[in-house]
Amino acid sequence: MFGPEQGHFALALACVLALVQFVLPLWGAARRNGRMVALAPYLAVSQLIALAMSFACLVLSAVRDDFSVQNVAANSSIAKPLLYKITGVWGNHEGSVLLWTLILGLCGAAVSVFGRNLPDILRARVLAILGGVSAGFQLFCLLTSDPFERVFPAPMDGQGMNPLLQDPGLAFHPPILYTGYVGFAVPFAFAVAALIEGRVDAAWGRWVRPWAVAAWCFLTCGIALGSWWSYYVLGWGGYWFWDPVENASLIPWLTGTALVHSAIVVEKREGLKIWTVLLAIATFSFSLSGTFLVRSGILNSVHAFANDPARGVFILGLLALVIGGSLALFAWRAPSLTSGGLFSPISREGSLVLNNILLCSICAVVVTGTMYPPFMQLLFGRTISVGKPFFDSATIPLTLPLLLAMGVGTALPWKRAQLAKTFSHLYAATGVAAIGVVLCFWKLSGILPVACGILAIWVIAASVSDVLRRLGLGHTGVRGMIARARSLPRSSWGAALAHIGAGIVVLGLCGMSQAEHAIVEIHVGETRSLGGDDWTLLDVHDRIGPNYKAMRADIAIHHNGRLVTIMHPERRDFTTQNQTTTEVSIHTNLITDLYGVIGDRHGSGANTTYVLRLHRNPLAPWMWLGGLVMAIGGAFSLSDRRLRVGAPKRSSIRNMARA
Amino acid sequence: MNATRRGIITALPIVGAGVLGLGFWRILSGMRTGTFDPRAINNPQVGKPVPNFAIPGLPGLGDGFTDAELRAQTRPVLVNFFASWCIPCVQEMPGLRAISRDLPIWGVAYEDKPENASAFVKRDGTPYARVASDRHGRVAIDWGVTGVPESFLVMPGGRIVWHGSAALDPALFESEIRPHLARL
Repeated sequence: MFGPEQGHFALALACVLALVQFVLPLWGAARRNGRMVALAPYLAVSQLIALAMSFACLVLSAVRDDFSVQNVAANSSIAKPLLYKITGVWGNHEGSVLLWTLILGLCGAAVSVFGRNLPDILRARVLAILGGVSAGFQLFCLLTSDPFERVFPAPMDGQGMNPLLQDPGLAFHPPILYTGYVGFAVPFAFAVAALIEGRVDAAWGRWVRPWAVAAWCFLTCGIALGSWWSYYVLGWGGYWFWDPVENASLIPWLTGTALVHSAIVVEKREGLKIWTVLLAIATFSFSLSGTFLVRSGILNSVHAFANDPARGVFILGLLALVIGGSLALFAWRAPSLTSGGLFSPISREGSLVLNNILLCSICAVVVTGTMYPPFMQLLFGRTISVGKPFFDSATIPLTLPLLLAMGVGTALPWKRAQLAKTFSHLYAATGVAAIGVVLCFWKLSGILPVACGILAIWVIAASVSDVLRRLGLGHTGVRGMIARARSLPRSSWGAALAHIGAGIVVLGLCGMSQAEHAIVEIHVGETRSLGGDDWTLLDVHDRIGPNYKAMRADIAIHHNGRLVTIMHPERRDFTTQNQTTTEVSIHTNLITDLYGVIGDRHGSGANTTYVLRLHRNPLAPWMWLGGLVMAIGGAFSLSDRRLRVGAPKRSSIRNMARA
Repeated sequence: MNATRRGIITALPIVGAGVLGLGFWRILSGMRTGTFDPRAINNPQVGKPVPNFAIPGLPGLGDGFTDAELRAQTRPVLVNFFASWCIPCVQEMPGLRAISRDLPIWGVAYEDKPENASAFVKRDGTPYARVASDRHGRVAIDWGVTGVPESFLVMPGGRIVWHGSAALDPALFESEIRPHLARL
């Protein structure tokens, strides 16, 4: 019942359903045929059922060790733990494309279920666009990356999985990240539907924003999780490498963040309509291009996917249809969208525009840095690489005004602000930031880390003081503040939390800029000191794991003669894959990470020495905790009653009348 | 903002995306034909004279050669770094034999036991006019070799004019090397 052929059939069925979902509702909406329009949600749900069936078949093949399936034979083995047999399904190209389409199917079904208060015609068009994108990627999966392909004769055992990927952090990183990427398909579909309809209004902004916020939360978590994985699994002590695959996730995150903010202006003031539609299209386009161009092998990355130029051509054709089609529609229809409310430059809208300009400038920098090497080689035949020095020196100066504006923006009223009054709200935050100046000059070195640190403290202080001001601090008593806290919209809490999270991330980055490390070669019993701690190599012994042999060190760390911790970094030798991995040992007190790695063994007998890499990483955990706080802020904002209820009755009635 | 200006501005994204897409298409087609390698690295030796070296020959395949002999040539020479342990080098051999009809190829066995390298070269007929052994890869470092196979086109007088780090075949020879020969 759940064999690979059934999975293949279910995928083909889903593809047909997606094609029907693309054609019928669009046609029905154009001809005002109510029956065809009403079909859309049912098609979306049936497509999801077929996709889920298909995915279940692939997971079952992996769990049952069915090595007659090429994909399982190439990526799994009998000795692999069950968890990684399941998560390994999306650890390779074919399986991850299937997961990608499954999540897209989920998005479609979610729009069908949660979008009941949308006008029927709009919902049908949104679902049709999602169906079209789905159909394209299911065709890609079926024609060029079939995960169900059989191999004959079936091998006795599979080739196993890269031991680096056998890690819980990486097991759940792809689904979360893909949910972020794919989630932006919904705002994209809304944008295209609005272009077809030729109308963007406040209600549209209100419908789009929760989908964008949800996708943004997942993308934020996905990026943070990926960065955390590279920190504790790769053992290089780094957390972000400006690798094309990382940039591919950062680029849509930047435009997505801009989208989340500009949609507020559409919702509240009916402004920035054309721009918001473009951002919605751009964010999904970047998600698509990022995920798929990496796999075509154009971008030179440390993340190896099986590169195949033939696949690349199919992808490029698909991208041309999806992105080119939507941008052509944009060029044709967008000029007719009327812009709404006027506002002065110093206002909430003005600060949101500034936020968009800065985020998009950072995005442009990252896109340029990522695309520069292949295009230089194409045009001038010169190979170069663009790395950390470029990205750091180009993005940080743009981040500084962004942080400054983050603190001011939430304190500004809509339409027109009085500067004097706004600044009076910010006295407290300015005071805290002044303390921050002292703290940063004392603790940090380098002008950019100091500036970033001060502004991060400023953002956090301004967000906290903004919430306190809304609660009526100084005007009402404690009871009054609690009453106000209950009635303060969740989205305000969410915005404050997300901004505080961003501040925490930046503080973490500043801390990491002061990281110290040492590479030492020492005998057992020797001590080295790093950043005020004494690291003593107590012992090194061998250990046998389920599918590896390990060399395990015991390192004691003393601070001023007091034992802090004993850590056990390992070096694992995976014999079947002929690969060595380092098992980093990290001791954290949430302020500073002590990070130890064991390397090679040199010499023998009494003369044996070991290479150790010792890191002291201040504020490292804050980078990921801050990411989590940002995502929680987004989730808070999603739980806002105004968003859950959807559009107010008045505008939905008006829309129905127009439809 | 008047209608024309709006029209032009809203058309900008698709124009930008189109240019990028065209670039990607060129890159992908270059990758299929082998003229574009995203992992290629510039070789700093291109445009410079060959570095100084003197390396011994392989057993049963004559003497080695030196930079002086390479400089003294009156015809262009293709210098090819290879190894018996390198799979692309095995794939490259028939291509090299075809190219050797147009252009003399001098081989350098890179980090390879001389007897293994010798057996590898002799197995299906040697494409090399002369062949030498760089047992410990010292000469390869001076040439800026990052892996095998890599090839260099050396002009009379000893100037390096072209470098490639992909397995050669007649098609690549026609598109990449032939133009340099035509310029003589």
